[in-house]
Amino acid sequence: MNKVVNNADAAIAGISNDMTLMLGGFGLCGIPESSIAALVRSGVKGLTCISNNAGVDDFGLGLLLQSRQIRKMISSYVGENDEFERQMLSGELEVDLIPQGTLAERCRAGGAGIPAFFTPAGYGTEVAEGKETREFNGKMYVMEHWLRADFAIVKAWKGDTQGNLVYRYTARNFNPLMAMAGRITIAEVEELVEPGELDPNTIHTPGIFVQRIFQGTGYEKRIEQRTTRKRS
Amino acid sequence: MGLNKDQMAQRIARELKDGYYVNLGIGIPTLVANHIPEGIDVELQSENGILGMGPFPWEGEEDADLINAGKQTVTLKPGAVIFDSATSFAMIRGQHVHLTVLGAMEVADNGDIANWKIPGRMVKGMGGAMDLVSSAENIIVCMMHTNKAGESKLLPECTLPLTGVGCVKKVVTDLGVFDIVPEGFLLIERAPGVTVAEIRAKTAGRLVIAENVPEMVL
Repeated sequence: MNKVVNNADAAIAGISNDMTLMLGGFGLCGIPESSIAALVRSGVKGLTCISNNAGVDDFGLGLLLQSRQIRKMISSYVGENDEFERQMLSGELEVDLIPQGTLAERCRAGGAGIPAFFTPAGYGTEVAEGKETREFNGKMYVMEHWLRADFAIVKAWKGDTQGNLVYRYTARNFNPLMAMAGRITIAEVEELVEPGELDPNTIHTPGIFVQRIFQGTGYEKRIEQRTTRKRS
Repeated sequence: MGLNKDQMAQRIARELKDGYYVNLGIGIPTLVANHIPEGIDVELQSENGILGMGPFPWEGEEDADLINAGKQTVTLKPGAVIFDSATSFAMIRGQHVHLTVLGAMEVADNGDIANWKIPGRMVKGMGGAMDLVSSAENIIVCMMHTNKAGESKLLPECTLPLTGVGCVKKVVTDLGVFDIVPEGFLLIERAPGVTVAEIRAKTAGRLVIAENVPEMVL
């Protein structure tokens, strides 16, 4: 089953105004750089973006915020983006902040066909307002619903033409979960290979979850906090 | 006076036990990794998907694909493992992680914690903090005793939106170490040179003081 498309612009075909997208990544690590650039070029507007973070002012999802293409963000932490904070505090941008583990599990549940689950995260806080709570074994839990998206866009290290994916180090993060939860899942990879070249024992995302795949170009892979030890 | 950040981290490191899996939050908690006592074998969990996190890389060996939850470049120890975010929080919610150390803006004397939002002013988000505090059996908060205005961060009740309820077990500040007991903040150690009177004056929440509160030896 060949799922290869030519490039990012071809991959995002069909993404239209007011759709809901999931975008993999943690901070700037493992984000679909090529697809984000294509979304900026496309001019699509009114997007709801589900992503753990919102990039920084001039990179990652920050690019789509600058161009005002995002109507709503669903994230767990947005601290590194001044433009995001400005748009949120002024009410231009709708924001749903949810606990990181809840976000991950809601994506996983969406992909796994589980409409809701109970988690202790957020019990007794404003996160639980308006939600069903229930006691299990003497502890209180909050019911959370699955998340699904019109398109999920993920970034992998290697992928084959059938959509099987392998991630590199912590660039994995939310990518495998979001890959499961897209009605259409787009995978961009650093290296596109033929079926059989990836070891079946080490594939992280089975190709069944992926509808379109392409090899991205010009990865910047920006480091947000460069921390090192000095050689003595 | 009181402890500096590194000394706070050093004091918290004494709470580590051999065989612990530990999640260290952003900021001062991260420094705990520099003070792991000799003979104590712990593995550090980073909620973006690492178990067995190592120190920062040597200059020139940074890898954009290998970061911690604070988005800092890190390394892996031999035997480390990488996983996705759902698996990571399964470790946390499933109580496989033994100890969580994190910072806070406010802690109440019933163990409530607030550390993610100042309405109308600062809204960064909770990240993994709500999952961590709602699940960990052992939560240590590491923070300055007072805010920049000199007001107590150890309160009878949190004023900011909560991160979790009744979950904090221990607080280490620049002035002392406190266990949270039904009666409030139980002072168990004073920072070197800090008096009980000073701690009493700077603590707004209920404070319980034993007859003899030892001075911390670092």
